[in-house]
Amino acid sequence: MSEEIIKDVILGENEEYIVNMGPQHPSTHGVLRLEVCLKGETVKYLIPHIGYIHRGIEKMTEALTYPQIIHLTDRMDYLSAHMNNEAVCLVVEDAMQIEVTERVKYIRTILDELNRLASHQLWWSAFGMDLGALTTFFYGLRDREYILDIFEESFGSRLLHSFVMPGGLMHDIHPNFQKRTKEFITYFRKKLPEYDQLLTGNVIFHNRSKGIGYMSKETAIGYGVTGPSGRGSGFSCDIRKIAPYGAYDKVQFNEILETEGDTFARYKVRMREMWESLNIIEQLIDNIPEGDYTAKMKPIIKLPAGEYFRRVETARGELGVYVVSDGNKSPYRMRFRTPNFSNLFVMNEISQGCKIADLIAISGSLDLVIPDIDR
Amino acid sequence: MITKILTKNFYKTIMLNREELKEIIGSLEPDATFSEGTQLLEVTVPAEKLYALAEKLKSDSRTAFDYMINHTAVDFVKNFTVVYHLESTEKRHLVVLKSVLEDRDNAKVDSLTALYPAVEYFEREVFDLFGIHYNNHPYLKRFYLEDGAGFPLRKDYRDEVNIIER
Repeated sequence: MSEEIIKDVILGENEEYIVNMGPQHPSTHGVLRLEVCLKGETVKYLIPHIGYIHRGIEKMTEALTYPQIIHLTDRMDYLSAHMNNEAVCLVVEDAMQIEVTERVKYIRTILDELNRLASHQLWWSAFGMDLGALTTFFYGLRDREYILDIFEESFGSRLLHSFVMPGGLMHDIHPNFQKRTKEFITYFRKKLPEYDQLLTGNVIFHNRSKGIGYMSKETAIGYGVTGPSGRGSGFSCDIRKIAPYGAYDKVQFNEILETEGDTFARYKVRMREMWESLNIIEQLIDNIPEGDYTAKMKPIIKLPAGEYFRRVETARGELGVYVVSDGNKSPYRMRFRTPNFSNLFVMNEISQGCKIADLIAISGSLDLVIPDIDR
Repeated sequence: MITKILTKNFYKTIMLNREELKEIIGSLEPDATFSEGTQLLEVTVPAEKLYALAEKLKSDSRTAFDYMINHTAVDFVKNFTVVYHLESTEKRHLVVLKSVLEDRDNAKVDSLTALYPAVEYFEREVFDLFGIHYNNHPYLKRFYLEDGAGFPLRKDYRDEVNIIER
């Protein structure tokens, strides 16, 4: 028997087979099915299959009014619910040419950053757990609880707080809000170094993440990978810098860029972004100006006929809202360009040639939220 | 480890303004028409010239539109309009490319996948929800829905079970 036959038939070394990862796999963080073609343990290519929780949000918006749509956007990327709400509000305010008060801008920016922190904490917890470090989950959720408690006290809900309305906020912030946020910042500044001690310097973690899932800057731009995932490849795509909204033009902060482009670089970007978020909140929290919490709005919001496009930076990247209005109280067509949609489809490109265990690390580092992809 | 500190007005110095962009795009594609009074610069080209213009916009060093933010379609009952939002990552100016597809039953447009890999999946989504076909698309299959489910984002779509009309 020749050596090739032994390899081919008996050992099956050249055999390719297809494995379905998901839709119920815990490390896909939702109902996502990856059709992975394997040769041995090496990934040859993969095809993502989505649509398991497609709710038709874009179709539903055509029958709803703008304040109602706010509540649907929570359900897209539920971990950056606040930024999603804000994106729709900015479109409406742009189209109706409403100037919101300074107070509203400051509060919105603080909430953006608190939400980003909560999201990154959960990502850090889940990412460590994906790679087998269960302790991270307890550390992350312990600290996230503080933010969720602040949210609960101010808006009455912990995750899906439709707090931002066109023209301002639903109601004013709770009197305790500033005090508790400041307490949280002092607390979390002590706890964040623990995260580094636990995971960032860990040798096992380095071996699992360094050099895995390399994404070049060209790939990131071509596939439209934004947010911390794109910035890990050196793609400068922070909407907070490019087109500032809210109070981002009044604060000093850095756009975090790493150029290695691997899983560890994307990890580092998010870790450094948490420090940056703390800085932004610290600059704003003591200086919230007095004023109304909402601008004067008509009872029925009707956008003038035309097309509008606004972008915000969510915890996962660039969310674009494109509205075509025909002058009625509900949009003629509303389109959400969600960050996770583009971030998912780069996986085929960056995971070719890696091992199937690394696939978990890659999908964890892209920080996917599946309802945001399906909409 | 690098940290990029940009001032607020950094991009305003290098990005082209609306008139300059209009002039360049007008010279690249004489058939292009521009809409007035819109939020962003909107360029409408015939469907058969879309690919050629997108290729020029990407390769021309003055415009350098290398990042496809968004692609979608709108059903205006009389026609379909495909919409592309392009941005230059170097100069940070934005443009909206549009093309009107008059034939609703047999809507077809060239795929831009060869230029922008991101658009492959946007196009699949549009195919799934609008039924617009893309020439030269590598993998044009249903995305969210099953075969034979109809095209829900068309305005004439009726679903008597799941959609209650008031």
